[in-house]
Amino acid sequence: MMQALREPTAEMEVIYQHPAALSECRTHYCPGCTHGIAHRLLAEAIDELGIRERVILVAPVGCAVFAYEYFEVDGCEAAHGRAPAMATGIKRSCPENLVITYQGDGDLASIGAAEILHAAARGERITTIFVNNAVYGMTGGQMAPTSLLGQKTTSSPAGRMATLTGYPLHMCELLSGLQGSTYIVRRSLHDVRHIRQAKKAITTALRVQMAGLGFGMVELLSSCPTNWGLTPEQAMGWIETKLIPQYPLGDYKVTDEAKALEKAG
Amino acid sequence: MAHGMIIVDEAHCKGCALCTTACPQQILEIDTQTLNDRGYHPAHLADPAGRCTGCAICAVICPDACITVYREARAKQGGGKDA
Repeated sequence: MMQALREPTAEMEVIYQHPAALSECRTHYCPGCTHGIAHRLLAEAIDELGIRERVILVAPVGCAVFAYEYFEVDGCEAAHGRAPAMATGIKRSCPENLVITYQGDGDLASIGAAEILHAAARGERITTIFVNNAVYGMTGGQMAPTSLLGQKTTSSPAGRMATLTGYPLHMCELLSGLQGSTYIVRRSLHDVRHIRQAKKAITTALRVQMAGLGFGMVELLSSCPTNWGLTPEQAMGWIETKLIPQYPLGDYKVTDEAKALEKAG
Repeated sequence: MAHGMIIVDEAHCKGCALCTTACPQQILEIDTQTLNDRGYHPAHLADPAGRCTGCAICAVICPDACITVYREARAKQGGGKDA
């Protein structure tokens, strides 16, 4: 029985490490929150494409409000829900830059529904990372437009009822029906296989913007252990058993040009 | 002989334990004897038998990007793709 290794041997090489585009500062996210995974995947994609100097990240209001602090890229903070509008202005005035919005479901699907819809309809050449955890995280777990029917939240303590608050909003399905959208996909962050698929989708979405094709969005089904009242591991299971059946994973709109990029990548 | 190993950045780890549940070898555990300066018990590699393969699954699921993975160069294991 050999001794446990405390440091790598001379024969070992680093095969996985903190991506350069991700800041070294500690995030404020709760333990087990998949925002951290989404951040890392985006940072890895930025590094691998070698576009760090060109990226401008527009942060939302919500748990990811400090996202501009967590990436080693230029960034700014939009008013609640207005990240696509701000990104539109940035992209049109600096077309050589790559403009990314990072938004949660409260920000994107509720107060910012008009902005995202029209940015997609106009075919703005921006990329949106949409983190959907079916709850308002930052403000204490209130019901979001994406909350499931029957889901208990602090503002729907008996469970969401369609008669009172309507039905969950499916953003990929909505945006994929617009002529201006180019790459609209939904992925999940609940296990390693799906995380790898999400990374590929984020990379493709960025390549769509680099090729100047049009509006791209990657929806990431995410966990909120704190507000769901679950452990991080249980929350991953909840994504798989509850969220995915309501929000099926898949490619909702991938134009032929985007498909070609996907294959090339 | 271990083919891989990891180093957990204990200051950044929040003790969420997702890595411990994802590890195929089940050799990651929460170190309840240690607290970092934010009050979390960090994860660590408990691998006296040298079973870590350097598969990087723990690092892929880590929400805080605090796992660095090392592995013996694949060429020396005979075959496989170049790293």
